Amino acid sequence: MKFIDVNEVNAFYGSNHVLKDISMEIKENTVTAFIGPSGCGKSTFLRMFNRMNDYIDGFRKEGDIRIDGKDIYKKSVKIEELRQEIGMVFQKPNPFPKSIFENAAYGLKIMGVRNKKEIQERVEKSLKKAALWDEVKDKLDKSAYSLSGGQQQRLCIARALAVKPSIILMDEPASALDPISTSKIEELITELKLQYTIVIVTHNMQQAARISDKTAFFYMGELIEFGKTSQIFTTPKNKQTENYVTGRFG
Amino acid sequence: MVTLDPELQTLKANLLEMIDLTKDQLTKCLHAIETNDLSATKDVIKKEERINNLELDIDKDCENILALHNPVATDLRFVLAALKISANLERIGDNSKNLADFINKNIKKSNLAILSNFNVNRMLLVAISMMDDIREAVQHDNVEIAKKIAKKDDELDETTKKALKVSTKLIQADPKNSTLVLKTYTIIRRLERIGDYIKNIAEEVVFHLDAKVIKHKKSN
Repeated sequence: MKFIDVNEVNAFYGSNHVLKDISMEIKENTVTAFIGPSGCGKSTFLRMFNRMNDYIDGFRKEGDIRIDGKDIYKKSVKIEELRQEIGMVFQKPNPFPKSIFENAAYGLKIMGVRNKKEIQERVEKSLKKAALWDEVKDKLDKSAYSLSGGQQQRLCIARALAVKPSIILMDEPASALDPISTSKIEELITELKLQYTIVIVTHNMQQAARISDKTAFFYMGELIEFGKTSQIFTTPKNKQTENYVTGRFG
Repeated sequence: MVTLDPELQTLKANLLEMIDLTKDQLTKCLHAIETNDLSATKDVIKKEERINNLELDIDKDCENILALHNPVATDLRFVLAALKISANLERIGDNSKNLADFINKNIKKSNLAILSNFNVNRMLLVAISMMDDIREAVQHDNVEIAKKIAKKDDELDETTKKALKVSTKLIQADPKNSTLVLKTYTIIRRLERIGDYIKNIAEEVVFHLDAKVIKHKKSN
């Protein structure tokens, strides 16, 4: 089923044309990886899915992005509700200076959930989904900063999951982590795919190959090639894609 | 990201050396038959070890590239192809050594005369020409020449078919010759296998360059 539907999207920062005529369909319960050299527009594109570029001075877009059939840039769309639907995990773990429990419960409180039992249940559930529960269940009141980098990143994933999104956007979620934590995050992404649609920006080519179903290669604001990950990494159709995945440019 | 080019160049250089050595084995066998020169066949037997060692070097190169560089796309196909190409070349080397052994033991003119009934010289010439094509295909990434190699192999297959009939006739004409005729037929079979190995190599070159698997597919 088509879930994210992008039609002829263009994006500009002032006069800088950063995304050019991008069209793409992303299916539900899949992992899609965006790859490409720095400045190719992949993060800008990812951030358009939860309208994070809206407040950047001079940002302008053309074309439309539909999620589950709804135009997310329609005036009637409330950004807070959109971001509840579409969670985001960043490159660097960014827990709040609060306890582990309060971090996981943060979104729920913002949403106005007051029922303590419900909050507790959803925190536990999201920490379990983020494969962190067993490691933190006895120290939920400890500061999130007492966790390792990998644990902090999984806490951020739990925080995103607690508000029951359907899509999770990840911008290089494992680039600041060691190989063991990276492997845990990748394992987690593979498990989360069963319930969520995941879009990930990564500079790690092997990571894209390991975890994604489809891969999109961007270069200078253009979507050069979008296809099954196995095809992109074995028989790319475009010479630029081949040069990039084999490390010959970028 | 560091490119793989230096490693791939080394791998290619080793493959080309192996191709040259293997072709040289066939050329020397032909020379020995044509001139009764035993030194050529002795050289074939001696050089076989170098071919085996190159296969081991290529195996190691490929293992390192796979483990350390995670090649993808054309690079991955080249590494996979190189592994199979070197294995096929090593078998060509083995068969050439057997051919050289046979020539050594039957170098007497009267025995070698039998070979003329079987077109052994012609088969060797075809195999050598196929090796030239393989070198060109590997060295210059020439996929077109690789695609044409199968056609040349057809001649070797055809000659082998005829050789069975020739063997039967020769044995019927003079049963005393049966051992030598059967041994010669074995050599014909080895040359036919050499053709198959070269064809396999050509298929690997096509896989590398065109990302197409053509083996086990009958040509129309």
